[in-house]
Amino acid sequence: MADRHDEARPDESTHSEIKPGTRFTRRGFLKGAGAGAVTAAVAPAILVSEAGTAAAQETEGVMSATISLDVNGSTHNALVEARTTLADALRDRLEITGPKVVCDKGECGACTVELDGKLVFSCMTLAMDAQGRKIETVEGMADGDSLHPLQEAFVEKDALMCGFCTPGFLMSSKSLLDANDNPTPEEVREGLSGNICRCGTYPHVFEAVMSAAEKMRKGG
Amino acid sequence: MSQNGHKVIGTRPIRHDGVDKVTGRAIYGADIQLTGLLHGTVKRSPHPHARIKNIDTSRAEAHPGVRAVVTAHDLPQIADKLADLGEAIVNLRDASNNVLAYGKVLYKGHAVAGVAAINLHVAQEAVELIDVEYEVLPHVTGVLEAMEDGAPILHEDMKTTSMGEETDKVSNIANHFQHKMGEPDDGFAEADVVIEREFTTQTVHQGYIETHNATALWNEEGQLTIWTSTQGAFSVRDQMAEILQMPVSKVKIVPLEIGGGFGGKISVYLDPVAALLSKKTGHPVKMTMTRDEVFEGTGPTPGSYLKVKMGATSDGRLTAATAYMAYEAGAYPGSPVGAGAGCIFTPYDIPNVQIDGYDVCVNKPKTNAYRAPGATNAAYATETVVDEISEKLGVDPLEFRVKNGAKEGTRRADGPVHPRIGCIETTEAALNSEHYRSSLAKSANGKVRGRGVASGYWFNFNGGRSAISVSINPDGTINMLEGSTDIGGSRASIAMQLAETIGLEATDIKPYVVDTDSIGYTDVTGGSRTTFGTGYAAHATGQALIREMKERASKLWDVPADAIDFEDGVFSYRDDAEKRGSFKEMASQAGDAGGPVVAQVSTNPDGSGGGAFATHVVDVEVDRETGKVDILRYTAVQDAGTAIHPSYVEGQMQGGVVQGIGWGLNEEYIYNDDGSMTNASFLDYRMPTTLDLPMIETIIVEVPNESHPYGVRGVGEVPIVPPPAALANAIYDATGVRLRDLPMSPPRVQKALAENGG
Repeated sequence: MADRHDEARPDESTHSEIKPGTRFTRRGFLKGAGAGAVTAAVAPAILVSEAGTAAAQETEGVMSATISLDVNGSTHNALVEARTTLADALRDRLEITGPKVVCDKGECGACTVELDGKLVFSCMTLAMDAQGRKIETVEGMADGDSLHPLQEAFVEKDALMCGFCTPGFLMSSKSLLDANDNPTPEEVREGLSGNICRCGTYPHVFEAVMSAAEKMRKGG
Repeated sequence: MSQNGHKVIGTRPIRHDGVDKVTGRAIYGADIQLTGLLHGTVKRSPHPHARIKNIDTSRAEAHPGVRAVVTAHDLPQIADKLADLGEAIVNLRDASNNVLAYGKVLYKGHAVAGVAAINLHVAQEAVELIDVEYEVLPHVTGVLEAMEDGAPILHEDMKTTSMGEETDKVSNIANHFQHKMGEPDDGFAEADVVIEREFTTQTVHQGYIETHNATALWNEEGQLTIWTSTQGAFSVRDQMAEILQMPVSKVKIVPLEIGGGFGGKISVYLDPVAALLSKKTGHPVKMTMTRDEVFEGTGPTPGSYLKVKMGATSDGRLTAATAYMAYEAGAYPGSPVGAGAGCIFTPYDIPNVQIDGYDVCVNKPKTNAYRAPGATNAAYATETVVDEISEKLGVDPLEFRVKNGAKEGTRRADGPVHPRIGCIETTEAALNSEHYRSSLAKSANGKVRGRGVASGYWFNFNGGRSAISVSINPDGTINMLEGSTDIGGSRASIAMQLAETIGLEATDIKPYVVDTDSIGYTDVTGGSRTTFGTGYAAHATGQALIREMKERASKLWDVPADAIDFEDGVFSYRDDAEKRGSFKEMASQAGDAGGPVVAQVSTNPDGSGGGAFATHVVDVEVDRETGKVDILRYTAVQDAGTAIHPSYVEGQMQGGVVQGIGWGLNEEYIYNDDGSMTNASFLDYRMPTTLDLPMIETIIVEVPNESHPYGVRGVGEVPIVPPPAALANAIYDATGVRLRDLPMSPPRVQKALAENGG
């Protein structure tokens, strides 16, 4: 699976650059999920020590701590458990609900966000592991009231039906065009292969990405 | 200006909800946040069939952070009663027992208890602390096995209804019905070619990517509000009122944006549980399913067994057809076999037909509607047999379909006579398409290529209740409230019909889907009815607004209202050319002559008007070694009546094709001997991704629906019907081997090729 998602394990090494030629499989990714679960089970101590200034607190048996997340250029504080994923922290604590939880296993791409410029599945990333990193969600794509060319193209080409997968597709498309401003249709297919659209709007998505790429090359 | 003199219909304006959906601002069910919100989850059965001997919730209730636990004992036990949920008739006692199992669990994943806690993790921990004592019973998951004498019985009190009469026989067959027309035996005697084949299809899921969710607040006055993701807010309200035995006036449903439904978001699952938990705790409770809960705990579309026999004369005329159709209902009666039986031979004019349908309970989730429910299974059988007959007769399969095509006046085997339909026009458009006329180049890589075609029919529900409420703003724009939830762009297609009627632009209409307290009763978004039925109401609303604006103009101009004309978006007084104004100009003044201009309209069309037909052409490449089928080119042709927004029509056609390809080539519930689904995740339940598909070409045929003011035919469902059969026919063309079992996944194709020397 040559989609554009970095593996997102709560392990520093997995956030390194994707090396050219590296192929990630969905199954390999799931193994990452297993590692994440193990880490989560032993994580409270890490949370308390690494959260630094944040004091851990216990409420009815739930150990939480306040962490600081840099989302779309703003700093937000969130009270999370060690096991809280970045997707849940964004959605439930910060009410940044663009990233959608669909499979919660890194299989569908609907929760895709950028972490320090690399795509990750936010459902597979622990919130505490995103501290000190730049998190970009679909909410940060537009420049004020001015939509990103991809957002414009998705609307113009009707590249969405129910719209639920759209934030994930937009993040993956943006990453694709950031790396390659003149993709072939085959490269678009490859680049978006980690995102599932059940409405089957793929043909319109391909049109939108190609159209946005052209516009961006012309300086739009 | 589009064709047919329309100004808005047939154009492609930007959708009203587009910007919200590309910026993350659109609010879906699970995005809702409320003060004091608790989080709930569900305890589910690990067994496909078991008697519940005891449920002990005490350990869960004592767990820190847990606020409440509910079981079926918290639900009122209700009597047998049938209710129409829009796409299916449902027994409400079964619906209640499906929400929380009472007495027995009937499938793995059947809900047995609900928990509310301070957060989801705590609720999930508590679920593990609910102790359920089961007496495990033998189970049955296959439709033919379930029909055998001696099969494990799901419902000990269920007697088979046969040909409309209840029998004394207790079995898993809930219902056997028959449609008969003419004398099939005589028809087969006339035939020169008779083909009879058996087919199987497996359980598949709608796969809407937004999982089910419900947030409930039962306040101290006994008023229940539910924020949810549904195809029918009023259907949810009715189900809640029945399942919880409370007046509808006490229930308000707030439909939020919906992340796909395809028929699967009509029945309630979480909503009553969230309501009970809210009642017990006094707090709002949010529940959201996980993906495996959606697979195992909600209604997929059925696996089925079909035997189809068709006969034709040597000059290519169909003389007779029979079908034996056994569909899995899942845990409770109510498979879409009736709908399948109404569609199975409907693209054809066949004088002698017999169809026997069986609705069969098995230990799987209760099935639910999925895009043209029942029709895809049926077309897989018919369209493959038609292909075989065409080949035997040496005629082009599309020319054979044109020659035998249904038309105005043709009687369906289940009774109704077709009004004006576009069956033959659609098939002819496929026959004349550039794709079908092109030659298929040979593969250069050792794989084999083939082309297949198939047709399909879906009824379309040309009726149902719809309400629209509008108010005119002084700037001439219009706020339009509607009760139809928007699963694929219907806000725009309905707003466009209102705009067309009153001479405005689509962007002048601001459509809102509102809660059940704010609009008149509106039936579900399903059955391909919404652009038809709520569009019908939009047209009527436009007419009402024109009448009202004439009254206002009459006062402003001090002239008789019946001397005011409305043409090309302009009101004018016949006897004075100075007295004229566009809709917008008049809107700015109208409020001075009688207060704000508003209109409320509800409609319920009579259900006449024909259904939808589609014919598809596909080129495939088959890897004989691996059995993998790649799609090289796909063209979908469909009668849309009148395409309101052609991009959306194309989108629906492409979307149906993509789902049909998934059904045809990969998707299935895989059960192990323990009656457990082994592939309840997107990794193992393989839906099409970007890598599986070419661009899908579309050809829209427009044979206007005579029962709609703008000629609309529903377009959403029929495009899923032909793909599996078209693919099977293409695989045959490539390999010489017929596949009669879905899905035609690499292992099955490989096995079939090995067994048949293809």
